[in-house]
Formats: sequence, C-alpha cells, structure tokens
Amino acid sequence: MSLLGSIINLDGYGHYLHWHFILVSVGNLVVVSLMVVTFVAALLLPFPGKSRRKENR
Amino acid sequence: MSITEIERQWTTRLRKRVEGKLPPEKLLPDTQPAYVSSWIYVFGVATLAALIVVIGTGVILAIRGPLWWHQSFIGHFVNSLHLWSVEIFFFSMIVHLWGKFFMGAWRGGRTFTWMTGVVTFIASIVTGLTGYVSQTNFDSQWISTQAKDGINATGGGAFFNVLNFGQMLMWHIVILPIAAVLLTALHVLMVRVKGVVPPYEDEAKVA
Repeated sequence: MSLLGSIINLDGYGHYLHWHFILVSVGNLVVVSLMVVTFVAALLLPFPGKSRRKENR
Repeated sequence: MSITEIERQWTTRLRKRVEGKLPPEKLLPDTQPAYVSSWIYVFGVATLAALIVVIGTGVILAIRGPLWWHQSFIGHFVNSLHLWSVEIFFFSMIVHLWGKFFMGAWRGGRTFTWMTGVVTFIASIVTGLTGYVSQTNFDSQWISTQAKDGINATGGGAFFNVLNFGQMLMWHIVILPIAAVLLTALHVLMVRVKGVVPPYEDEAKVA
C-alpha cells in the first residue's frame, strides 16, 4: 500500500490551471479529458461481433 | 364476486395495465436491435454495475462504521472501493449522458425516460456531496465549511445544513440511496417500456 501511495503524493498542495476566468484542478482536468477520450473511442472503436450480428439481421 | 366486480378492482386494472405496457418479453428481452452493437450503448449498464458496487460497499461501511474505515486495512480497502466505484459511476454516467444527448434520446415518446435520467443525475450529485461531508476527516470538514456558503446563498441552508453531520449522514445513507435506486429502477423500466433509442439514421426504419 505504501508503495502504491508513494507513486503519487496526495499530501501536498493541489495543482491548478488558471486561464482568465477558468480555474480547474489538474485532477479534474485529467478526469474530464479521460471522459472525452472514452466518449470519442466509444464512437469510433468497432464493437466485437458487430459484423456477425449484421449478417444475422 | 361477479366478473364485472373483479374487472373493476384496482389490482385487476393495474395488472392489466402493467401487462399491456411491459410484457415479460419486453422486460427481459432475448435480443436487442442491431444498432445497439456499439460501445456508446455500454455506458448505461456500466453505470448500473458501478451503482451496485457503490450500494454494496456502502452497506458494509454502514455496518462497520467510521473507526473501522479509518483505522483498519480492510476498512481502508472497502472505503477506497466505495470511492472508486462512485468515480466510475459518475464517469460512466457522464459518457452515457453525452451519448444520449447527441442521440436525442428523448425522441419517440421517451421524454419520461430522459427526465428520470436527469433527476437521477441530480439526486446522485447530492448523494455525492453528502458522502463527501460524511467522511469524518479533515477533507469533509473543509468541504462542508465551503459548501455551507454556497447553499446558504440559495436559502437552502435552513433545510439542508451541510455542517449538521447527523442530517448529512442520514441523507447519505437513507433518503438519497433509496431515491437514487428507485429513480434508477424507474429509468431502466422506462427504457424497457420504450426500447433503446435508435440512431437518427435508423429512426425511419424503426418507426
């Protein structure tokens, strides 16, 4: 557990990005970016067995 | 009792209505339309799976209590499972929301399905907030003292006091989980009643 905990130090100050009126923590930005990447991947990646199902339709 | 009297009973009328709207083959279908073969349709059920883990780990945390989840190794583990399943729950729900928004999932008489989803989303956010302020650590103290200003600005602080730990815990482990589970069940039932929304290009073929 301590090894896992030492990879990312969560005890320090948070990191923020500030651009004009936009203020976002790096953690939140990473999660939002991952959601966007997942959303795009879900639209583009082929679904397993899709061609087989089309044949059966 | 005559047949007419039986027909007029509320139990008979309700049963016939439910049977008409949601026959067993619609409630538990064997197949899905071909357009469901896409990753974007996976995130609804992923949210549901995460919710099951959230409720399961929440029940264990409620049984064992704060000393256990703060001090024991297993307690830390279950507490982390609870946190990360909530993260996956919201992550999946947002991707599900984006997918359904760009699909116009309220089409075809699915307004009630869409609205139950919206209300479930709002209820989940409040459940998340009450969970954060119920952790009994410095983090929850910080969040509650920050949140009180925002909620007081709305006038809601008179009824919903984030500094009142007992009230927040009861909301988090009783009222809101019941609301979230019932709303989710209603949402899923509505999906079964109306069927999964087709993509725009398939709408003409399905209709």
